[in-house]
Amino acid sequence: MTELATTQPAATGSTAARAVGLSKIYGSGETAVRALDRVSVAFGGGEFTAVMGPSGSGKSTLMHCLAALDTASEGDVIVGDTSLVGLSDKALTALRRDRVGFVFQAFNLVPTLTARENITLPLAIAGRKPDQQWYDTVISAVGLGDRLDHKPSELSGGQQQRVACARALVSRPAIVLADEPTGNLDSAASGEVLGFLRRTVDEFHQTVIIVTHDPVAAAYTDRVVFLADGRVVDEMLRPTAAAVLEKVKVLSAREVAGTAAGG
Amino acid sequence: MTLRNLLARKLRLTLSGFAIVLGVAFVAGSFIFTDALGGAFTGIIKGTTADAEVLPEGGGEFTGAGEDSRTIPASVEADLAGIPEVAVANGYNQVQGVYVIGADGELVGGDGPPGLAFNYTETEAITGDQIVTLLEGDLPSDESQVALDVGTADEAGYEIGDEVELVTPGPEPTMTATLSGLIQFGAEGGLVGASLTIFDDRAIQDLFFRGRDVYTGISLNAADGVSQQQLADAAQQVLPAGVEARTGDALAEENEDAIGEILGFINTFLLVFAAVAIVVGAFLIVNTFSILVAQRSRELALLRALGASRRQVNRAVLSEALVVALIGSTLGLGAGYLLAIGLRALFATFGLDLGAASLLVEQRTVLVSYAVGLVVTVVAAYLPARRASRVAPVTAMRDDVALPEASLRRRLVVGVLLSVAGVVLMVAGFAGSGRTGLVLIGGGMLAILLGVSLVSPVVGRPVVMLLGIGYRRAFSAVGTLATENALRNPRRTAATASALMIGLTLVALMSILGQSAKATTDAAIDETLTAQLVISNVIGTPFSTTIAEQVRDVEGVDSVAQFRQAFPEIDGSQSFVGAADPEQLARALDIPVAGGLTALTDGAVLATSAAADGQGLTVGDRVAMDFPVGEQEFTLAGTFPPSGAIPADYLITTDALEQAGIKAADSLIYITLAADADRSAVRAEIDVSIDDLPTVTLKDPAEFAQEQKEQIDQFLAIVYLLLALAVVIAVLGIVNTLALSVIERTREVGLLRAIGMQRRQLRRMVRLESVAIALLGALLGIVMGIAFGVVLQRAIAEQGLDVLAIPWIQLGVFVVVSGLVGVLAAILPARRAARMDVLTAIATE
Repeated sequence: MTELATTQPAATGSTAARAVGLSKIYGSGETAVRALDRVSVAFGGGEFTAVMGPSGSGKSTLMHCLAALDTASEGDVIVGDTSLVGLSDKALTALRRDRVGFVFQAFNLVPTLTARENITLPLAIAGRKPDQQWYDTVISAVGLGDRLDHKPSELSGGQQQRVACARALVSRPAIVLADEPTGNLDSAASGEVLGFLRRTVDEFHQTVIIVTHDPVAAAYTDRVVFLADGRVVDEMLRPTAAAVLEKVKVLSAREVAGTAAGG
Repeated sequence: MTLRNLLARKLRLTLSGFAIVLGVAFVAGSFIFTDALGGAFTGIIKGTTADAEVLPEGGGEFTGAGEDSRTIPASVEADLAGIPEVAVANGYNQVQGVYVIGADGELVGGDGPPGLAFNYTETEAITGDQIVTLLEGDLPSDESQVALDVGTADEAGYEIGDEVELVTPGPEPTMTATLSGLIQFGAEGGLVGASLTIFDDRAIQDLFFRGRDVYTGISLNAADGVSQQQLADAAQQVLPAGVEARTGDALAEENEDAIGEILGFINTFLLVFAAVAIVVGAFLIVNTFSILVAQRSRELALLRALGASRRQVNRAVLSEALVVALIGSTLGLGAGYLLAIGLRALFATFGLDLGAASLLVEQRTVLVSYAVGLVVTVVAAYLPARRASRVAPVTAMRDDVALPEASLRRRLVVGVLLSVAGVVLMVAGFAGSGRTGLVLIGGGMLAILLGVSLVSPVVGRPVVMLLGIGYRRAFSAVGTLATENALRNPRRTAATASALMIGLTLVALMSILGQSAKATTDAAIDETLTAQLVISNVIGTPFSTTIAEQVRDVEGVDSVAQFRQAFPEIDGSQSFVGAADPEQLARALDIPVAGGLTALTDGAVLATSAAADGQGLTVGDRVAMDFPVGEQEFTLAGTFPPSGAIPADYLITTDALEQAGIKAADSLIYITLAADADRSAVRAEIDVSIDDLPTVTLKDPAEFAQEQKEQIDQFLAIVYLLLALAVVIAVLGIVNTLALSVIERTREVGLLRAIGMQRRQLRRMVRLESVAIALLGALLGIVMGIAFGVVLQRAIAEQGLDVLAIPWIQLGVFVVVSGLVGVLAAILPARRAARMDVLTAIATE
């Protein structure tokens, strides 16, 4: 089983991040819940990956572990060439700041700061000046124009998520992780955000991983990794919305069957 | 429902509850302490008063115009002993200003409490106890022996058989005697720090009454079945003219009233500060409830949507306040008791030693404490409650609920008007006198405080923005975030800063008035004092006139001016009256009196311009002073500007004072040297002659000014100490606001941590916001304090505060300290923010 669950990046070249035998257990004893069960998965540099699976499959936990927001119970997470095991809170925080970009489903921006200030916040916290060329590139890709000096409350949902993506990109991280970045958006706004992420992969060779429920969103990616019950159960390269939808149906049917059998 | 809410918000309410505790504690502590003080003095008064007292007419008051010089012939004692109503008649002589010098050479009691001396009698006081009883050893049998009360002997480090050194107001400024025995005052010995020296009957007459066989009073104990009134009436029959017999109860009551007036003054003084603490506390309560209501506005709107009436919502918030108030007041009462113990210790260091005097919690204290706690809390919670009830039911469905807020413009107008009214009240208060003046000053302070805090949200924003520029430079992103956080809710920031501002406005105001008073003292002494040396008493108690005679004999001394003091009532209020020989005084001081000092004749009085203004007197008016011998009338011959060089509001001649029945004793001696005298040699020689007198010191004008300035500093220190409580409450307010803000911004904190903000940076962010609030409060407070200080000084310049001095460095220190206070206040909220789990914080709704 373990062999089967090990997946390799589709694109050739370096690995941007990987999980090795990663388990995450919440609670202890009788009530212990195994959110991730010996997951090994690698994400290649410059690859756009979607992580899918039913609720409770462990996809958000996997994202949080990759983003150094949560720590592994067993196994290891390697971002770039840094192993996260045993790192102090301070080192993990610095890693989040410098090597990881994260986009939440909602509430990504500090309400008191302007869009521009939000984008540069990780650099400002680190006390660094932005690489001007890269900064200009990101800013122009965001396409906010003169709304850059507005507060988040004055921006639309799609604009806010684009600003969040730009903030995730600004420090040139090893990986950009997005946890259902379009979950709160209508389809037009979703398209803006996903298109923006796609361009960062194509034009800037950025590694991007998103968690999504939406087959249409998954279709923007290069590869889909399917999770169920804390394990990697399947994957798909060069996905289309229809193929993903079909796969999801199959997986959930299997789960229903499994649950029925188990019950 | 209410109770469940309370438990849920336990932590947040704890701090505002604490504000009530502190405020109530101040009120309760003031009452408990002054009650204890009153109890102790009542004990002394009753413990020294017999069934009836025979005294020179109008004499015998505890706090009279000055020490009575009149006496009663000793033969009267025998006459009284002869009447059947009298069981025992004991003539006694009482002398004030007899101090014991301890074995270490230090004066026992320090400054303040009286040093009393009398001869031993077996008189029983109205308390049923003998006034003094011999505990150990023997009573003094001649001039070479004395007995001391146990407490004094103990403190002085003397044992029976030791040689005791005494300072006396008699012809011999110092004397030595053998300690023959120890006595105890009353049943418990409570003397409030006073010292008792017992002399032999004959010796006290020889030492202090030029050997005349006289008494200052005769105590009568009634025969069985004779009432006080019968006793006094019977005694009156045999008394010579000018001597009267009064019942012990009447005399005690009169003295208690007099003491009560002074205690009332202390109580009012303390209560003014208690009121300040309560106003600051009220701010904290208003702010806490506002934030709680704002955070719960969705819940409250939901209640409204579910059909709760506005009144029900209102009541829900108010009953929460009520429970907090009840708990807070109860704890406050307990804390007040502890505070009273603290005050007792504080006053003991000034010599007002209550010893083990029990602190009683009177029913009145309990009632006032609960009333204050409940009323303040409920009123403070009413405003947020009213706003809460105005939340429209539909807002429950919305994401951002904004509570309706009153217009800032109205606040500004009301705030400015209140402040101006406050200044007017304070001006009136400083111009007035006694308790009324104090009440006016207090009322003025409160009006100013409320006024400026209403204005603070308007003036606060630019100040924080200015601070933000510095923050951005120094701390980049963290500084920006801190500034924005301080700005995002101007009312909350301002209300929190207001609490500190109030404290600092008063601190700054007092420091400016204090500094001005010191500068005025310097200027006045510099301008008016022409004498090169001054002898004065550290305690302010009069000393032997022999000292002046000794100084006169020192070679190189050109003239000596003796200055005496008395405190007769003028137009019903006790006044500072100085007495001197005009010719002597003219050589020591350069007082610009219209008509010159020579205008001061025995029937004339000079008044400071302030006193004359206050009493509405013009030259030629009659001034009646209430002396022991009766009312004495003087004609106002001129006025002079108040000066620290002459501590008096009125000036009469020495002869006039003696005729008024006040004992001859000096309180100041001005020494003018001959033109060719060697100043240091003369000084050294005078120093030698007063060397054995720890009660008096010789100083040059600068040192004389310094002595007065130290008194101002001491007063300021007490005021600062009392204002410190208001500052403590303000700090709690900052802690409270920050803690609530941190909770409110949980998700934001989580986000910042998620994108890589270190715990250290997060803590710094909270700390910087805290410092911004504190500095805002401090800066506004100091600016207000300066403004009010200048206005007040200008307004009362006539009353003798004619130099304005602003202690810039001290004010700067206050600002820096406030910044540090901000750092302190942030410790807990910052830790709380830093400890939040990132994922939980992010997931919070």
